[in-house]
Amino acid sequence: MTEPVLETRGLVKSFGALRATDGVTLDLRRGEIHAVIGPNGAGKSTLIKQICGNIAPDAGQVRLLGRDVTQWSTMARARAGLARSFQISALAMEDTVLQNALLGALGASGSPYRFLRPALGRRHLRDRAMAALDRMGLADLAATRVATLSHGQRRQLEVAVALTLAPRAFLMDEPMAGLGSEGSLALTRVLDGLRAEAPILLVEHDMDAVFALADRISVLVYGRIIATGTVAEIRANPEVREAYLGEAP
Amino acid sequence: MTRETLLNALVLLALGLLPVWAHLSDEPFTITLATRAAILALAAVGLNIALGLGGLVSLGHALFFGIGGYAMGILASHAQDYTPIYDGAFTVPGTKSMPVIWLVAVAASAMAALLIGLLALRTAGVYFIMITLAFGQMAFFFAISWNAYGGEDGLSIYVRNSFPGLNTLVPIQFFGLCFGLLCLILLASHLLARSPFGLALNAARQSPDRVMAVGLDPKRLQLVAFVLSGAVTGLAGALFADLNRFVSPTMFSWQTSGEIMVFLILGGVARLCGPVIGAAVFVLLEHWLGGLSEFWHIWLGLLLLAVVLFARGGLVGLIAGRARAHD
Repeated sequence: MTEPVLETRGLVKSFGALRATDGVTLDLRRGEIHAVIGPNGAGKSTLIKQICGNIAPDAGQVRLLGRDVTQWSTMARARAGLARSFQISALAMEDTVLQNALLGALGASGSPYRFLRPALGRRHLRDRAMAALDRMGLADLAATRVATLSHGQRRQLEVAVALTLAPRAFLMDEPMAGLGSEGSLALTRVLDGLRAEAPILLVEHDMDAVFALADRISVLVYGRIIATGTVAEIRANPEVREAYLGEAP
Repeated sequence: MTRETLLNALVLLALGLLPVWAHLSDEPFTITLATRAAILALAAVGLNIALGLGGLVSLGHALFFGIGGYAMGILASHAQDYTPIYDGAFTVPGTKSMPVIWLVAVAASAMAALLIGLLALRTAGVYFIMITLAFGQMAFFFAISWNAYGGEDGLSIYVRNSFPGLNTLVPIQFFGLCFGLLCLILLASHLLARSPFGLALNAARQSPDRVMAVGLDPKRLQLVAFVLSGAVTGLAGALFADLNRFVSPTMFSWQTSGEIMVFLILGGVARLCGPVIGAAVFVLLEHWLGGLSEFWHIWLGLLLLAVVLFARGGLVGLIAGRARAHD
């Protein structure tokens, strides 16, 4: 078996008496979409922050492409090929769509300390940014300020910025949140095609999207993974049904 | 051409031509006023890099202004007394050459900005303001007690420093030098705002999380901006000292930091010529109202209040509308 692209091993994180992450072990393999689902308060956000490097786990490991990156900064993980999209858009609102995409291309190029020639005049950056926008259907809006975009367009731009990084693994934090059924369908199609380039760890509430996309699903409840399996296995799992349908015995 | 470009061109043209007219009609004081405006504008152009682009609210930029001033004062005072600055294993003489003085002013203020930035950028918001203010005050009290260089009384330089090929004692020539530097650095800051660095710095101000997520370090971007910013304000300090042929601890005072920030807010934060318009309006008010009453700052305060309440983009914003995204 080839090595997983992204892996967590026994991650633990407590906030006081609360164990927000309780021994989470999961892996993301080449070519797959691995969805993480769970009710509110299950610890999904805390898990993502540990994978990205925003918070340090109390115990356990995060591994990227076979390397232990647990002690690495967010920046170093991004440079090593981990691209994330944010649940609440973290775009530069005053900037244009193209400028936001250019930032990704600039990050991927690794050399932001260029002071005189215009960023937009750098062909390789611009091409890379435009290619990503094109793929997300945002090319026509390149000169629009992000602040004037609709919610759905911002979500698309989140994914476009991640695309500019040409990453080894995607980490998507509820990319469908707040999208209408049409928007969510369009994004589902894009993500579907993306897994061939780099696998996606998809944290998502939209069950239709998860069931349509995921190769595997892990269910997170109270900081623990109670089940991992294919869509069919997860649907049939009584524990999962209980966790999602309420605490009835 | 956008309205803002037109406005910028008009403002620079007016500032550049007024002294020429004053020179022809033999009004040297007007030239001095314009020189003062150009130098103060340069100090605020420096702050604009940190505050406008980087979002770093520094209330300690007087420190760099003062370092530039004292770099000039120390070098020139040793030169006029024919005493070396350092005489040990080797000798460091003073100098009356502006290019050398500028180089020292820029290097010293950049170094100070690097050290202060390394500490201050660990914080953000109000704490950043307070730390920069604290460093400014430390420098102020240090200068007051530094008796070797005049202490509270400051240092007088009898003859203005020299620049190769120019007679800097002629007001219009010294103005030309200051105005030329201002235009050069305005051009550089215009390019900077559109460069890859400017793009990343601008994003770091708006969304540091995003910048980290694409693998860039927002703190490092801000540190570089702070150093560039301090260096430009330091250069302005050296020119300001040369204009007055005098340096004193006042250059380090927090009122100076506040005034530099007032130019920026008055003219328009993050707008290319905001600092120029702000500094020019300030110098005009100081001249006109200052002649009428000692308490002219009241009127400045009212104007500032009006700008903050009704024209958020400063005077540039009021005239040219809101900023367009750079493209």
